[in-house]
Amino acid sequence: MNLTHTDVTHIARLARLALTEEELAHYQEQLAAILDYAARLNELDLSGVAPSAHAVARQNVLRDDIVTPSLPRDDALFNAAATAEGQFLIQAVLEE
Amino acid sequence: MDIATLTLTELRDALRRGDTTSVAATQAMIDRIVAYDNAIGSYLTLADESALEQAAAADRRRAAGEDGPLLGVPVAVKDILCTAGIPTTAGSKILDGFIPPYDAHAVERLIAAGAVILGKTNTDEFAMGSSTENSAYFTTRNPWDLERVPGGSSGGSAAAVAAGLAYGALGTDTGGSVRQPASFCGVVGLRPTYGRVSRWGVVAFASSLDQVGPFGRTVADCAALLGVIAGHDPRDSTSLPAPVPDYEAALTGDVRGLRVGVPREYFIEGMEPEVEAAVRAAIEQLAALGAEIVEVSLPHTHYGLPVYYLIAPAEASANLARYDGTRFGPRVAGADMIDTVRQTRALFGPEVKRRIMLGTYALSAGYYDEYYGRALRARTLIADDFRRAFESVDVIAAPTSPTTAFRVGERVDDPLSMYLADVFTLPLNLSAACGLSVPCGVDSGGLPIGLQLIGDTLQEARILNAAYAYETARPWHRRLPVVPAEV
Amino acid sequence: MAEQYEAVIGLEIHAELLTESKMFCGCRVVDSVAATPNTAVCPVCLGMPGMLPVINRRAVEFALRVALALGCDIQPHNIFARKNYFYPDLPKGYQISQYELPIGRHGHLDVTLPGGETRRIGIRRVHMEEDTGKLTHLERGGSLVDYNRSGVPLLEIVSEPDIRSGEEARAYATRIRQILRYLGVNSGDMEKGVLRIEPNISLRPRGSQAFGTRTELKNLNSFRALAEGTDYELARQAAVLDAGGQVTQETRGWHDTRRETFSQRAKEEAEDYRYFAEPDLPPLTLDDNWIVTARAALPELPQAKEARYTGQLGLSPGEAAALADDRAVAEWFDAAVAAGGAPKTLANWILNDLFRLLNERGRRIDDIPVAPAALVALLDLVAQGALNLNSARDVLAEMLDSGRAPADIVAARGLTQISDEAALLALVEQTIADNPDALANYLGGKTALLGWFVGQVMRATRGQANPAVVNRLVAERLAARGPG
Repeated sequence: MNLTHTDVTHIARLARLALTEEELAHYQEQLAAILDYAARLNELDLSGVAPSAHAVARQNVLRDDIVTPSLPRDDALFNAAATAEGQFLIQAVLEE
Repeated sequence: MDIATLTLTELRDALRRGDTTSVAATQAMIDRIVAYDNAIGSYLTLADESALEQAAAADRRRAAGEDGPLLGVPVAVKDILCTAGIPTTAGSKILDGFIPPYDAHAVERLIAAGAVILGKTNTDEFAMGSSTENSAYFTTRNPWDLERVPGGSSGGSAAAVAAGLAYGALGTDTGGSVRQPASFCGVVGLRPTYGRVSRWGVVAFASSLDQVGPFGRTVADCAALLGVIAGHDPRDSTSLPAPVPDYEAALTGDVRGLRVGVPREYFIEGMEPEVEAAVRAAIEQLAALGAEIVEVSLPHTHYGLPVYYLIAPAEASANLARYDGTRFGPRVAGADMIDTVRQTRALFGPEVKRRIMLGTYALSAGYYDEYYGRALRARTLIADDFRRAFESVDVIAAPTSPTTAFRVGERVDDPLSMYLADVFTLPLNLSAACGLSVPCGVDSGGLPIGLQLIGDTLQEARILNAAYAYETARPWHRRLPVVPAEV
Repeated sequence: MAEQYEAVIGLEIHAELLTESKMFCGCRVVDSVAATPNTAVCPVCLGMPGMLPVINRRAVEFALRVALALGCDIQPHNIFARKNYFYPDLPKGYQISQYELPIGRHGHLDVTLPGGETRRIGIRRVHMEEDTGKLTHLERGGSLVDYNRSGVPLLEIVSEPDIRSGEEARAYATRIRQILRYLGVNSGDMEKGVLRIEPNISLRPRGSQAFGTRTELKNLNSFRALAEGTDYELARQAAVLDAGGQVTQETRGWHDTRRETFSQRAKEEAEDYRYFAEPDLPPLTLDDNWIVTARAALPELPQAKEARYTGQLGLSPGEAAALADDRAVAEWFDAAVAAGGAPKTLANWILNDLFRLLNERGRRIDDIPVAPAALVALLDLVAQGALNLNSARDVLAEMLDSGRAPADIVAARGLTQISDEAALLALVEQTIADNPDALANYLGGKTALLGWFVGQVMRATRGQANPAVVNRLVAERLAARGPG
C-alpha cells in the first residue's frame, strides 16, 4: 500500500485533526500496514453480494409528528466552553 | 456472611429476605473500592455520595414493602454510558468535565429496577482498544495479575466485577469489548443481539456494531442484568421491538440434545495451547452434560478483522466529528475558528486519531468502493456464515480470545497485534448473533480463560442456559482473585 | 449577454417543511428569526454524545407530496446518509441527508413565461435532509451559534440545468413556491429563510453540449433578487469570457442594495463529503399503498386550475392566474362556481371588490364569515334587478363585517330596489310637474337636464329606484312634453 505524506496530510485536513510531523509519519506507516492487511478482502469475489449497512433488518421506523419538551436553555449551554447572549460563543466565522 | 463476596443474585435475594441492607452492601463496595482500586484502577468516577443516597432510598422502599428486580443492588457503569449529573468521559480528554443532562436508556432501566449506581468505570478512549491502555486517564490492571491488562475496552467494568468492587456492571461490546475483558478477568460477560438493548445515551463508537452488555460473576447475574436493560426503546430506531423473556427462568441447566457447533476456523495457529485445551475441555464437558457436538464452518472468519477495521473506523470518523469544542468538552484555542477545532481535536488520543484517520480515508473520494464498499459486502458474507451455521446448530462454542491477559505495554506500539486480541469476538458483531464469555479454566500462570458461546438472533436465553449448565458443572467463578490493598 | 453564449442555469431550492416537530427529534419547529436562541433545542439536535435520530413521519409524507406534485418517480427504497463536513452550525459534524437514493427523481415542472411561452424544466431530484443552526457575527469579534433551526426538516429540490435566464429562474421558483404552499408544506416566506434559492450559473458557446465553469449564487431573499442576480451573473461571466478570461468556480453572494454579486468563497478543491448510509436509521420503504394514497390526496395543483379556468370557465389567463395563485382563493372561487355563480362575474367580484375589502380589513379569504354561496346569493339579487351595484358593494362589505346573509342586510337597510314602473311613473310625473323652470329650460334646449331630473327621482327614493327604469321613464315623459 502506497500512502504518501500528501495523502495523510489531506486526510488529517478532512478530519480536522492537528497532527505533528511525527504523528503524520507514524500514521502514514501504520495506516499503510492496516490497509495492506485489509487488502486481503481482494481475495473475495463480492460480485452480486449486497452490502450490509445495518446489523439487523428493520425498516420504516418512524415517529409521529408530536412536540416533546426541549432542554431548558441553561442545560443546553451548561457544557459549552464559552457562551454569550444565550448562545454558543466561538471565534469569528468568516462572513459567507 | 461476607457481604462483599456475594454474587449479584445472592445479594438481591439476601436483600429480599431482609438479611442485609442496600446501605450495608453499598458501603461494603465503597470500602473495598477505597482499599483496592488504587491498585486496580477500575473506576474513573466514584459516585459514593449519590450511591449511598440511592441505597438509603432503596432500603426505605424495601421497608415500605416495595421490591424491584435490582432494588438496592450496587452496580457499576462503563463511562461510555451517559449518566445524568455524573461526569461521562468515554475515557477521553475531549469529554473531560462533560456532565450529560440525560441517562443512557440502560442506565434509566437500572435505576427504574432499583439499582444503586456506584460509579463510572474505565474504558479505552471511546471504547477503542482491547486493554484499557487507551484510556486517556489511566490503565486498569487485571485483578488476577496487576502487571497484566484486564482486556478492553470495558476493562474497568470487568475488573471491578472480578475484584468484588461491584456486584455487576455494564459495558459495551463493539468488537468484543464485553466478552474479551470478561474472559481476561474471569467473569461472565454478554454481548446481546444488536438492537436488544437501546443505544440511547451510549457515546457512539461504531453505530452499526455498538451494543450494551452486562458483566456478572455468574451466568445468573448476567441474566438478571440483561432482563433489566433489554427491551424496545422508541428513541433508538435500531432497537428491536421483540418481547423480553425471563432470562433467569430460562436457566434450567438442561442441555440434553442441544446442538453445539464448534467452528474449525476458531482454532487457529498462534492461539495459546492452554487456551485451546481449556476450551476443548469445556466443550467436552457440555457433551458430557448431554449436548451434541457438531463441527461447523464459519468460512469467512478470516475476513472479520479487516472488515471490522474498515467499518468501525469509518462510522467512528463521523461519530467523533461532533467533538469540536463548541457545545461541550474543553476547547484548545487556535489561531482561528478552524484551527481551534483542529487543536481541540488533537485532545483525542493516538488510537482514536489513528482510527479517525483510517475511517476518513476508507470513506474518502476514490477509496470508498475499494475499502468501505468492499467491507460492507464482505460483512454480508460473515453474517451469512452465522445464519447458515445456525440452520444446523443451536449454539456455537469457541474460545473468546486466543490468549489470556497480556502484559501492560506489551502490544501498545503494534496496533495490528492489539487488534488480533479481538479476532474471535468481532465477527459476531458484524452479524445479527449474540454471544457471551464464561470462565472455563486458568492457564499455568493462574490467568482466566473464557469459553465463548454464540447464539442466533435474540437467542440470549439459549446461550445463557448453556453457560449456566457448564458453570454449574465447572464452577470456576468460585475462585476469586486476591488483590493486594497497596502496590 | 452576448449572442454567442447560452446560459445554463440549475436551481437548488431548500424548503423547510411545516411540521410541528423537527426531522429527527421532538423539538418544536419555531420561527428561527423571532424565537429566543437555543430555546427549541434538545440533546438530539445539539448533537450531544449518544443521541439518536428518529424520522418524523409527517416530514416523509410532506416530501412525498412534493415529489408527486413535481411528477417525480418515487424511490420505494429510501436510505438516509451522513454527509460529512465541519461547520459550527452543523452540530454532529455530519448532516443526515439522502444521497444515492432520494425520495423523488426525474420530475418536471411546466413554467409559463411572461410572454405566454411554456417551458418544461426537469427536476433532477427531491430529497429530505435536516437544516443547520444559525450563526451571528459579532461586531466585537466572535460568532454566536443558535441551534433552534438545527434539525428542522428540509426538502431539497434540484432542477436540471434547463433554465436559460433570470426571468425563467424567477418563473420556475415562483411556481415551486406556489406548489409548496398549495401542498401546505411551506409558508414560502423567503425573508424568514424558510425557502432558500441557490442558482448554479454558467455559460457555454451556443450549440455546445459541454458545461462551462459555474458559479453558485447565495443570499437571494426575494424572487426579484433571484432574477436580477442571475442576470447580473450571466452578464458578468460573459464579460469575463469576452475579455478572454476564465470564470472562477466559486460561491458568490448577491448584494441587495448595490445590486451586484461578489465573491464569497472559492472552491479550492471538490468537497469530499464522504457520504455513507446512516447506521442509526433503518431504510425507509414507501410501498405502493403509501404512494397511491398520497397521490390520491394531492389537491388540484395551480397549473391544472389555471387550465380549467381558461378552458372550461372562459376566464382570461390573467384572471385564471390571479385566482389560482393562492389555494384558499382558488378553492373559495371553486366553491362559489359550484354554488351556481357565473364564473366571469364571480372572478370580477372576487378579484376587484372582495380583494379590496379584504385588503382594507387585513383579512384572508379563508378567515371571513362569508361563504362562497353567500356571494352568489348577493350577485343573484343584482341579476334579478333587486339591488343595484353600488348597494351590492355596500352589502358585501357588511357581509364581511357581520357575516349576515345578503337578503337580511338588504331587508334591514331597506335597500330593495324600486323597479315598479307604475309607482316610479307617478313619481317622475310629480317631479316634472314640481319643476316647471327646469322643464322650460329643458324644452328650450338644455337637454343635459335629463340627468338632473333622474337625480331628483333617485333622491326622492333614497337611491332605491332602479336607475335604468328611472332613466327610461324620465326620457319618455320629457319627450312627451315637447322636442328634446
